[in-house]
Amino acid sequence: MKRTRQIGWLLLSLITLAALGAGVWAPADYATQFREMPNSPPSHQHLLGTDELGRDRFSRVLYGTRVSLLMAPAAALLSTLLATLVGGIAGYLDGWWERAAMGVADLFLSMPWLFLLLAVRAMLPLNVAPITSVAVTFLLLGLLGWAASARVLCAGARDLRNSDFVLQARASGVRGLRLLAIHVVPNLKPVLLAQFWISIPVFIISEANLGILGLGVAEPLPSWGSLLRELESFTSFGFEAWKLVPLVLLVLVVSSFQIVLSADEGYA
Amino acid sequence: MGKLIRRAAAMAAIVVVGGLLSATLVRLAPGFDVDEQQLDWRLNSDSVEALRQAHSQDRNVTAFYLHYLTRAVRGDFGQSRTLHRPVRELLAQRLPVTTRLAGLGLLAGWLCAVLLAVGATMARRAACDVAATLLSGIFLSVPAAVLALLFTFADAPAYLAIALVVFPKVFSYTRNLLAKSYASPHLVTAYAKGISPVRILIWHVLPVVGTQLLAVAGISVSIALGAAVPVEALCGIAGIGQLAWQAALGRDLPLLVNLTALVTVITLAANWGSEFAGQRFRTVAA
Repeated sequence: MKRTRQIGWLLLSLITLAALGAGVWAPADYATQFREMPNSPPSHQHLLGTDELGRDRFSRVLYGTRVSLLMAPAAALLSTLLATLVGGIAGYLDGWWERAAMGVADLFLSMPWLFLLLAVRAMLPLNVAPITSVAVTFLLLGLLGWAASARVLCAGARDLRNSDFVLQARASGVRGLRLLAIHVVPNLKPVLLAQFWISIPVFIISEANLGILGLGVAEPLPSWGSLLRELESFTSFGFEAWKLVPLVLLVLVVSSFQIVLSADEGYA
Repeated sequence: MGKLIRRAAAMAAIVVVGGLLSATLVRLAPGFDVDEQQLDWRLNSDSVEALRQAHSQDRNVTAFYLHYLTRAVRGDFGQSRTLHRPVRELLAQRLPVTTRLAGLGLLAGWLCAVLLAVGATMARRAACDVAATLLSGIFLSVPAAVLALLFTFADAPAYLAIALVVFPKVFSYTRNLLAKSYASPHLVTAYAKGISPVRILIWHVLPVVGTQLLAVAGISVSIALGAAVPVEALCGIAGIGQLAWQAALGRDLPLLVNLTALVTVITLAANWGSEFAGQRFRTVAA
């Protein structure tokens, strides 16, 4: 189990490193067009060939990986913070607050995730600048993905509220925000971290789904979702295997997250 | 009976509150009260003013929502802005398609997941377990939209794409339940006494695991409906998933809100149905 976990971490580190250094390794900018060679196969100049607009696919994969791998954790951070705020405080306060907060969480959880994303994404302008589309997509994921984590955190906070050391702290006169900040939240850290890590692959896959459906990151900025849209014109596994590189990377990253997370579960 | 009524009331409350939130978001969405017809150069100022007046009643969120609710009670869900057809008609036409697609996908996904989980657990070999877990892990990492594209490319039935989205989630849950069940002392004793594995599975494992699996049945309906969006959109199937995608691209918000409400009702009904079935199953088993 330890070896598998190490392999998972190694893969994640290598892919993240490659994506972070996109500006160094990429032979061209993600938007630069080589108009004389659209849809060209892999060559020395273009390691993964070019897309239909003549852009270097290898560079776009590197930059796209950077967008997806940096923004998904940012969205996960936002959703975990929201979950802490809603779930943690609701569990700590108990009573009416808890019922109301969990009612809202139930409302979010009662809608299929993709339907919810689609509905809320459509309520925002679709024709926006590429950089705005990145912000909108991942903000949406972060703002809508808190409900499941909030339920877990609420249960955790409820357990802590009734624990001996919190009762002892209360008896010693520690109350309100101080009790929450010093005794409750630090003890929720393992749950918070778990929820954060679990959210990342979920958001990566959600962005990919939205991107393929044309509701994610806008062109010319690449992300795994927009890169995978190329599969719509996929004709052969043998002759166009290089088009599958973004998919292979995505599967590797999400699988590595699963391995690392399941190994963590095993240790716990 | 009282519990059922309470459940139905809670479901209605969730739908009404969810609808109000959606209506608020729709009302606040940029460009909501702008009608493209107002830009038509052939219309005179009176006609444009008449169009503005027609939209003016929608400016107040509460009035807009109450108006929508009273019409919805009568079965009138409004008109689609992009398709120019009554939403009710569109839903009646498209819902059976999605029900069939998602139903077949759920059936195939559950069948694969349960059979593979039972096989991997009963084989009692690490290699089988690792292979099955690896397979489900790979499908768990592939977005539903990619599966839909690959199935379109392979010219394979679209419901299999939904099955592959449902499969890994049901498999991992079933496998964990079975592993836990097989590790219990009474089953270890049964094995030691030489009772056949099939007998153990049918008489001792499935009744225990079955009730817990029913809880996932409701969740898997939600997963299948979510997966129906990219599958229908990319495989060109005219169901409510494709309709939702078209509505999102065309910013047909009234249609989208109705679709979301409908899917929420189906999901809630499926969750509570599976919970109710689980309770009945436990009562009968006891």
